[in-house]
Amino acid sequence: MIKKFLLLFFLGLFVTACTTTPEQGEGPDVVDKTGSADMADDGAGDAEAGSEAQAFGAEGDQATALQELENPESLLSVRIIYFDYDSSTVLSQFEEIIQAHAGFLQANPGVVTSLEGHADERGSREYNLALGERRALAVKQQLVVLGASPEQVRTVSYGEERPADPGHDEQAWSLNRRVEFVY
Amino acid sequence: MRYIACLLTLLLLAVPWAQAQNELEIVIDTGVENILPIAVIPFGWNGAAGEQPIDLHRTIANNLSRSGRFATMSDNEMPQRPVEFAHVNFSDWQLVRMENIVIGNLKHTEAGDYEIEFRLLDVYKANQLTGFRIKAKRRQLRRIAHRISDIIFEKLTGVRGAFDTRIAYVTVKQDEAGRDRHSLQIADADGFNPQVLLESDQALMSPAWSPDGKRLAYVSFEGDSSSVFVQNIRTGRREEVAAHEGINSAPAFSPDGGRLAMTLSKDGNPEIYVLHLAGNSLQRITRNRAIDTEPNWSPDGSRLVFTSDRGGTPQIYEVGLQGGAPRRLTFDGSYFARPRHSPDGAGITMVYGSNGAYRIAYLDTGSGSLSVLTNNRLDESPSFSPNGSMIIYATNGRYGSELAAVSADGKVRQRLALQDGEVREPAWGPFPAD
Repeated sequence: MIKKFLLLFFLGLFVTACTTTPEQGEGPDVVDKTGSADMADDGAGDAEAGSEAQAFGAEGDQATALQELENPESLLSVRIIYFDYDSSTVLSQFEEIIQAHAGFLQANPGVVTSLEGHADERGSREYNLALGERRALAVKQQLVVLGASPEQVRTVSYGEERPADPGHDEQAWSLNRRVEFVY
Repeated sequence: MRYIACLLTLLLLAVPWAQAQNELEIVIDTGVENILPIAVIPFGWNGAAGEQPIDLHRTIANNLSRSGRFATMSDNEMPQRPVEFAHVNFSDWQLVRMENIVIGNLKHTEAGDYEIEFRLLDVYKANQLTGFRIKAKRRQLRRIAHRISDIIFEKLTGVRGAFDTRIAYVTVKQDEAGRDRHSLQIADADGFNPQVLLESDQALMSPAWSPDGKRLAYVSFEGDSSSVFVQNIRTGRREEVAAHEGINSAPAFSPDGGRLAMTLSKDGNPEIYVLHLAGNSLQRITRNRAIDTEPNWSPDGSRLVFTSDRGGTPQIYEVGLQGGAPRRLTFDGSYFARPRHSPDGAGITMVYGSNGAYRIAYLDTGSGSLSVLTNNRLDESPSFSPNGSMIIYATNGRYGSELAAVSADGKVRQRLALQDGEVREPAWGPFPAD
């Protein structure tokens, strides 16, 4: 009985050890693909003969797009939109930025952006997860109205789980109520 | 005798896991009036001094103190420290106005096991109210201390004790590289014996117990967005039960254990759904363009309460499982969220936001009266003990989020602090199976 129990115990421990650690979460693949500067050459080389020209063209577009995104003078370099407390209304001072991103997406139909919605820590975590999503969706809606295709805009909410500022005051909270563009 | 046999069986089924590094520390903040005086006298020990595997009387006394229902006498005030019933001088105890005392003995047997004897005595009647003798392995001793505490609590208050229960919670610590490590853990209700069920470099949220205490549902961001998992606590085996487009969150087991209420935004915005675990079929409960989230079952399983901002601000609503229009339950305030029914179904605890402070409140659903139970600025995640006497919650402490508990009447508060790192989202588990 005891032996059997011990065996079960160690088996349990083994199984627990083997199954409870999740694999490292991989970053969104959109970021990796556009972030690789030498991808155009590699992509063309690896592509099948039939799709070679098309693949090369698409990668070329993305490389140009990337340059535009990285221009610090461009409004596209502003990637964060902030919100009022418990609100998903896009404030007027951010409309110009959203317009710039919408125009960029419209001009580069192969580019996909991910909108990450966040909330400050006050109140309940689950409600904040929903609030983060609603903020991301509010920005998405404006992007689409301004010409981006819905397929180009993904949304994800992290609620209050990924604060930009770990503080517990209005200064920190105002930085945490946000939607981030991730290309 | 049948009880002891059951207890032993239960103890054998309790499988220990790898010990987590930091245990929770208990700090008692507040005292109350109208509490029962009790002396838990140091247990006898037949081994070498200072080599007891557990300080039984201290564990029991701490449990009783933390409940807010007992005032325990400190060891140095005790007029005598008897171990045997025959050596108790009841008149000494009457002189110090002690109504009840607990005596006991811990023996190391020749076989290497332990034998524990305990008696609860009524000082004024000079008799024994209850007691037992039991054999145990070393690792079962702490659990026996909790069972003894439960027996004393029930005998003297008439309410079933909830010391022999567990809590689940999420911890966040930074590794050497400064990255957050999230961990889902369970521990005894007093914070000891923490065990890690899951570790992740992504956020974990919303642990929820199955009614039999064998499974935990939770939200994990390991796939870079939220999804709901159900994990078997003993084996560690887990299953992803919801990973739709959008939010997958706020799981809550039905009282029969067969269904999981949750929030999904796959149809455009967060709505309450019920997942039938056996057939993997989804039943949609709410239809509204506002946020609907944080479902919690009524104890009889017929209704769900949830948070919704359909009225403009987050408020608590109730809806029947068979549909119908949700009924609003909270009115007097700008922010109510994360409702949890009391085990007797008479009320709901929730987060109440007012004047920039977020506190734990209790709504008596019969009378509609609201009591604010805590007094900090950032309290959240309240969860009732299964006997309804305490509410555990998360509060903002020196090192970020830490756990605290408050008696259901708001009179006793205490903190349970980790040595380092944050502790979040406590969920008090069910009574152990009989």
